[in-house]
Amino acid sequence: MTILMLALLLLLLSGVAAFLLRSRPTAASVAGAAGPVAAAMLALVPALTVLRGGEVLSTELPWAMPFGRFCVQLDALSALFILPILGLSALGAVYGIEYLRPYIGKYSIGSSWLCYNLLVASMVLVCLARNALLFLLAWELMAFSSFFLVAFENRRKEVRNAAWTYLVATHIGTAFLLPMFLSFGQAAGSLDFAQFAGCLGPAQAGVCFVLAVIGFGTKAGIMPLHVWLPEAHPAAPSHVSAVMSGVMLKTGIYGLVRVLSFLVATPGAPPAWWGWLLLIVGAVSGILGVLFALAQHDLKRLLAYHSVENIGIIILGLGVGLIGLSAGAPVVAALGFAGGLLHVVNHAVFKGLLFLGAGSVLHAVHTREIDHLGGLLRRMPLTGLTFLTGAVAISGLPPLNGFISEFLIYAGAFQGTVNGAAPVAAPLVLVILALALIGGLAVACFTKAFGIVFLGEPRGAAAAAAHESGRLMTVPMLLLAGACLAGGLLAPFLLPALATAVAPLAGAAAIAPLQTAGPLLVWVSGISAGVLLAALLFAAWKRWLLTGRDVRRAVTWDCGYAAPSPRMQYTASSFAQPLTDFFEVLLRTRKHMRLPDVHFPTAANIETETPDVSRESLYAPLFNATGRVLSRVRVMQSGCIQVYVLYLVLTLLVLLIWKL
Amino acid sequence: MENLVEAILVGLLISDMTVLASSRVAGCIRVTAMQGLLLGVLTLLLQAEAMSLRVVLMAGIGMLLKGGVFPYLLARAGKEAGVQREVEPFVGYIGSVLLAVAMLVVAVWLGTRLPLQVHAGQTLVVPAAFMTMFTGLFLIVARRKALTQVVGFLVFENGIYAFGVATVGEVPALVELGVLLDAFVAVFVMGIAIYHINREFDHIDTDQLSSLKG
Amino acid sequence: MTSAPLVHLFLGLLLAPLLLGVINRTKAFFAGRRGPPVLQLYWDLAKLLRKGAVYSQTTTWVFQAGPVVGLAAVLAALALIPFGGAAAPLHFNGDLLLLAYVLGLMRFFTVVAALDTGSSFEGMGASREVQFAALAEPALLLALAAAARKAGSLSLSGILPAAVPLSPELALAAGALVIVFLCENSRVPFDDPNTHLELTMIHEVMVLDHSGPDLALILYSAALKLWVLGALIVGMLVPTVAGVPWVANTVIGLAGMLLLAVVVGVVESVTARVRLVRVPHLLAAAGALAALAFVLVLR
Repeated sequence: MTILMLALLLLLLSGVAAFLLRSRPTAASVAGAAGPVAAAMLALVPALTVLRGGEVLSTELPWAMPFGRFCVQLDALSALFILPILGLSALGAVYGIEYLRPYIGKYSIGSSWLCYNLLVASMVLVCLARNALLFLLAWELMAFSSFFLVAFENRRKEVRNAAWTYLVATHIGTAFLLPMFLSFGQAAGSLDFAQFAGCLGPAQAGVCFVLAVIGFGTKAGIMPLHVWLPEAHPAAPSHVSAVMSGVMLKTGIYGLVRVLSFLVATPGAPPAWWGWLLLIVGAVSGILGVLFALAQHDLKRLLAYHSVENIGIIILGLGVGLIGLSAGAPVVAALGFAGGLLHVVNHAVFKGLLFLGAGSVLHAVHTREIDHLGGLLRRMPLTGLTFLTGAVAISGLPPLNGFISEFLIYAGAFQGTVNGAAPVAAPLVLVILALALIGGLAVACFTKAFGIVFLGEPRGAAAAAAHESGRLMTVPMLLLAGACLAGGLLAPFLLPALATAVAPLAGAAAIAPLQTAGPLLVWVSGISAGVLLAALLFAAWKRWLLTGRDVRRAVTWDCGYAAPSPRMQYTASSFAQPLTDFFEVLLRTRKHMRLPDVHFPTAANIETETPDVSRESLYAPLFNATGRVLSRVRVMQSGCIQVYVLYLVLTLLVLLIWKL
Repeated sequence: MENLVEAILVGLLISDMTVLASSRVAGCIRVTAMQGLLLGVLTLLLQAEAMSLRVVLMAGIGMLLKGGVFPYLLARAGKEAGVQREVEPFVGYIGSVLLAVAMLVVAVWLGTRLPLQVHAGQTLVVPAAFMTMFTGLFLIVARRKALTQVVGFLVFENGIYAFGVATVGEVPALVELGVLLDAFVAVFVMGIAIYHINREFDHIDTDQLSSLKG
Repeated sequence: MTSAPLVHLFLGLLLAPLLLGVINRTKAFFAGRRGPPVLQLYWDLAKLLRKGAVYSQTTTWVFQAGPVVGLAAVLAALALIPFGGAAAPLHFNGDLLLLAYVLGLMRFFTVVAALDTGSSFEGMGASREVQFAALAEPALLLALAAAARKAGSLSLSGILPAAVPLSPELALAAGALVIVFLCENSRVPFDDPNTHLELTMIHEVMVLDHSGPDLALILYSAALKLWVLGALIVGMLVPTVAGVPWVANTVIGLAGMLLLAVVVGVVESVTARVRLVRVPHLLAAAGALAALAFVLVLR
């Protein structure tokens, strides 16, 4: 535990050092990035030890705060979240050194590093805290430091707007957490997590569950509470987007899982509607998330919506687990929770990778508009290769890690569907349907993202002049791509660690059924490796066949049309159009068209835009109405000192009268 | 035997889905005719132990009317009105199919909930009957053409009939004949009405009838 | 007994191209033509493997990776499919998921290879492919879930020698699978393999720029995919006979596959291709059939 505290201290120190060195940006970058890297290396040992079934570490520091105790603990669940947090943050930090270089002189690099390190430290603290007050403090620190990070390019209006949206949304989320923790505290007589487990009655537990889903769900970005996400993630610098999307969202999942572990500790099975609620939330987030992603043609916005989708998959996993718990089916519960938690780690890896890749593209071409790109694989081979790896992984395809976690969730759902009674099978078959649809749509979305950005011919001058990013940016991406592959091929070895992490949720009874999933994962990983090997063999065979034969280079088949131009290629919008049209009802894509109405071709154009439906039709009216109501109150703000003094006096008088 | 009943009921369910998914009015009419025939066979199968002349006669009349006469009348009305397709229904066809699945789930759930006496081993009868009734009602609500709505009415009637066969078994002949006569009159009257609406307005879109309001 | 899975695997590898020959001969018969030889695809493959290759200047290694990953993936799928009442060479609980997802991997790489050429025709085909696949996926898994619940097994090898042949539920699930089968293999009414207009193709247009050994791999993979999904349907519909040597069941299975090929040929001869905008309707129908099957099994 001392090591972890030391890691936190290092993070703070390196952040402060970077801030002090802010007049020398390069030095500040190195100082700022050193912290996360060192912290990650330090924390690796205790986190792995705990995950391998080692002793749970805990400690308490003196802290003079009423009701607050600085008690921290590292159990398997925390370790499972801390590992990706620190790992991705370290890689992001290394990447950030180079990524932030063009901003030197325009924006304050030093303060950005301070916020980055504070963000990392607060995320770690959120996962370690075992006192509600400490947790909320870390939670708020996380919100503020990430707010400043989002607002890094603060001279651009849309960035400022995005940051404000984020700040408002995250605090609305916190507003739901406060009453939840308070009712826990009231029932337990203390704000320590140790006393929370199983302290609530059934009715109160239900209310707290809903509050937790809303409060933590806002942070995690479930639909329809996700509105800040597609704004804030594209606005932030890419390594920050990677950290925010890859791991900061997961603190929301962590909070939900932690609270769930308190709630399921009561004797008796949790009510079935908890599982149903999570399933519906997960399915809606997953399906709508991927649909909105499909309709986007801003690369980072697309990735941001995919975070909503993946959070949906994670929530689906948790929902399967809860359904299994309430039906008394430990296998279903264990597989569901394990799949959900593994997807947390996996999503951190491939979403981090994809955001870093998108950042590398942005770094090279200075545009996020997919339809202006193309042909980047030739110009940026490493970014392209790693982005493809991430794309296959996030589509949940073998042989990479995304498939493993989806497989576990699927396996849990199938287990319940095949062997369970009708009330269990009915919700679980919905999970299967949702996952299948999400999987198919994710393939559509990422063939689009990778294909249009990296393949074909450049659609603009910027893409044609692109160049590969430097080592500091490509090496983190390569490491993450390697992790994707390792996660897929070495999956059976991850299972024991997962079992210890799942234990607080599914109970000790869950460990045994999870072990039975081990041989299945051996099959999955083995066959995946076989596919990989076979592909390599076939490639070698093909190369051998072609040696000495006539292999020519020619133009792409142009159907006899003599003058093709890169602008004639299919674009991201046209690629996605059949699907977006099909789901028109949900997406409400806006089209601005100017069609030729004469016989010979003339100028024509089409523009599509898919704004967030819940933002436009739910929040905008809501906030406008609130604004209108509150504007009435503004008459009180006269700006005249005397009136304010009058308010003070009146308030005091009222209080006096009331109390006397 | 039981498998055969099961197969007929599944056929009934599929015919419900087909009628929801089909835009061709003539196709819908044919499916209704098939439903009538299926129900006749179903009656015979379910009453196989207590086969009597009355049962055979009732099933025969039912099959004749629902499988032959009604469809013929409807098809003729459709031909005269020049209706071939239901264009732009209130609920699209993919939406209808998805709703059909939802209706099926509700029907099965209702079937498990209602404390009804059904023939042993025929747990599918009640859900199929409910599903057919829902389908009929849905057609009446969600389609524009008067003809499709009559089809919906017939499907609804089939559902009630299936329900009766499943639960009551022995229906007094008079009641059964009365129901058939009602349906017959209804189809007849609607046929005439469709013919006249079409002659007056050149279309049979019922949603535009509201313009008749003074 | 233990050699049966391997023999079946080998039969799949050997006979998959034959199915296409049978389909084409059936179509030729209906059209009153003589048609190509049944073994035409074998000759095509042999010839293509002896040729050189032409690559577009636009393409990268992704273009060349498409066919090899596709073949590797479909081989894994073939190894997971049980045939003729015997278990598959590789089987475990949940292998049906791996089957669906290795086919997804194949699709992913076919699509990116198509996009690699930068041709708008191939982009068009790729776009249609992912659209139809995304809508077919839920129907496929739902039908499999229904069959799995009916059989009480999570493994294809436990599901496929259907315990109760021709039960209404399995017939419905198989009906859904037939629609998915036609869609995934780009057959009429989804796609016309014989079309000569790039604008209307789906699968064919995606592989327009492949030549020589690359094209051979693609054609062979497509034949294997037809075999894999066909074996799924045949396994669900064709009963196996107990108490006879496994060879007899293998022969019954092969007869089923040939019958399926003939049926596909007949369907292609008597139906027209649906308009592209109507394809989702068909897939929704497949989903509805699968849902019906599942509800019936659930009851």
